Amino acid sequence: MSMPDTYLHYSARRYGMDHERYEWSDLFQRKPIVWPNGARIALSVVTHVQHFPLDMPAKPFKAPGALMMPYPDFRYYTNRDYGNRLGVFRILKVLAEKGLHTSFALNAVVAERYPALLKAIVEGGHEIVAHGYDMGKVHHSGLTLEAESALIDQSLTLLRQKSGQAVTGWLSPGRAQSFNTPDLLAAHAVRYCFDWANDDLPYGMATDQGSLVSMPLAYETDDRVVADEYFHSEPEWVQQIKDRFDVLYRETETYGGRVMSLPLHSWVSGMPYRVAYLREVLDYILSHQGVWTAPSHEIVTAYQAQV
Amino acid sequence: MAGEDQALRSDLGLYDYLPWPNRPKITWPGNKKLAVWIAPNIEFYEYDPPDNPTRKPWARPNPDVLQYSHRDYGNRAGWQRMMAAMDAAGFRGSVSLNVALCEHHPEIIKACADRGWEFFSHGIYNTRYVYNLDIEQERAIIRDAFETVRNHTGQELAGWLSPALSNNFWTMDILSEAGIQYTCDMFHDDQPMPVHVKTGKLISMPYSLEMNDVIVYNTQKVTPRHYAEIIKRQFDQLYKDADDSGMVMCIPLHPYLVGQPHRIESFAEAISYISGHEGVWQTTGREIAQAYHASGAYDAMKKAIAAHQAEWGTR
Repeated sequence: MSMPDTYLHYSARRYGMDHERYEWSDLFQRKPIVWPNGARIALSVVTHVQHFPLDMPAKPFKAPGALMMPYPDFRYYTNRDYGNRLGVFRILKVLAEKGLHTSFALNAVVAERYPALLKAIVEGGHEIVAHGYDMGKVHHSGLTLEAESALIDQSLTLLRQKSGQAVTGWLSPGRAQSFNTPDLLAAHAVRYCFDWANDDLPYGMATDQGSLVSMPLAYETDDRVVADEYFHSEPEWVQQIKDRFDVLYRETETYGGRVMSLPLHSWVSGMPYRVAYLREVLDYILSHQGVWTAPSHEIVTAYQAQV
Repeated sequence: MAGEDQALRSDLGLYDYLPWPNRPKITWPGNKKLAVWIAPNIEFYEYDPPDNPTRKPWARPNPDVLQYSHRDYGNRAGWQRMMAAMDAAGFRGSVSLNVALCEHHPEIIKACADRGWEFFSHGIYNTRYVYNLDIEQERAIIRDAFETVRNHTGQELAGWLSPALSNNFWTMDILSEAGIQYTCDMFHDDQPMPVHVKTGKLISMPYSLEMNDVIVYNTQKVTPRHYAEIIKRQFDQLYKDADDSGMVMCIPLHPYLVGQPHRIESFAEAISYISGHEGVWQTTGREIAQAYHASGAYDAMKKAIAAHQAEWGTR
């Protein structure tokens, strides 16, 4: 086995990033952001509402949370579906108790399969974010431009028609993209997406159809990641959320507003033994002065008004 | 020759056995007991890297935007928090540098250089491995690293950690021949030890898998507060062990991990705990290597190894 000398050629070795999507920017050197009413933290709660098809393909990769047992996988299919039947309603109830209007990222097929669930979320005053079509349809560079465009179009059309909302936010299944995804999202009137995990503030992303905003979504304190990838207990999750909040909150004294994102899954935080920890986390965050909880599109609008 | 180097071996053959008891005493400058050095891996992972048959850079097809952006977090946000924690505890870094970062993010390089941090090489990118390269290709990487770091920082490389810990059997020989003084790729000791090389006096510098945040967080999946606990426990034991002879503790870091908001405070507290001990030498890789040679420890260890082999009839 040998490697061609081209393996030692680095065509994107230059100042800044090795792609054209966004420019390098130091979080601590930016013009400070001020959230509405002088808030220091914009709290962005994003609940994932997902459908894992029984026949989901393994190629080119499975989105996290995917069915793992031999077909037919009764175990995980039904466990994930629990979130859509009960779990999500527990989360909705906690959010209603606190009077919060937040974002729900729905696989589009959920709107078709469970219209009553969609209605409950919309009537709760929450924003619908498009979370692709279903968890079996990941976006990747093996898709043709046309196929991916059709997938995005189908997902957005379904959610827009069924929810009556503009649906301008996007979260790819498994946070996976192709080289074309940001361009296609912008072409379909998506204003912002959650897939990239590189910042604690929104930032602008270039596409061939104009700008797209990248919104923070805290990968490593996501309830599913902490529970199912790190195997940490619920109190340990709570501790990490509090620690995360404390540091971001402290930074706002010097560096301007920050986004505290709280990614949730209906089939994780909506479990009976877990939901009290969600309440604890929200109580802790909301006990601080200057926390503004809003659907993500409002956070994006507030950000765009300042840059 | 190439065929011989590629043959499977049962032993690395790069260092000799020398049990801990009765080793020559190592004395650190100022009679400090324990040399503690922090090695932030300041890395650049490529958006669209080429494949290497031995290892694919990303689990998903390029672009793996989730993993790519997770690493990128370190260069946009995490490095500043990590650096502030190290400043507060009085630690300089020894940067394990993907040298292309000099071109991509000179602002980060400057902030490190302004603090007197050392740069050692961690290859060109963390998505380019030395697997399947021939020796001349690998030499070209080493030359590139020396030149890039010299041009951007004025420093002459002293240390090396292979990109993504990829190695060939000849790697240590050609590092030493190029002037590298210490390698971080081997984890067999808490004291620097001689490495078998054809030329030069290369040493293996205690780095650490167990204290490395990428192992702790991505492999062992511990909580941030537990990471602080194990750093302190590791330190307490080594500090005691170093009553008799100088030892080394390394904390390898990745700003995309330790620099997360939910992780930085417990880490900051752990390294402040360390720097609060009088017998700690807060130092860098280069300074440890220099002290090891200057104090005669290198020669003393070589002698001790020869004596051990003569006594036990081993090699």
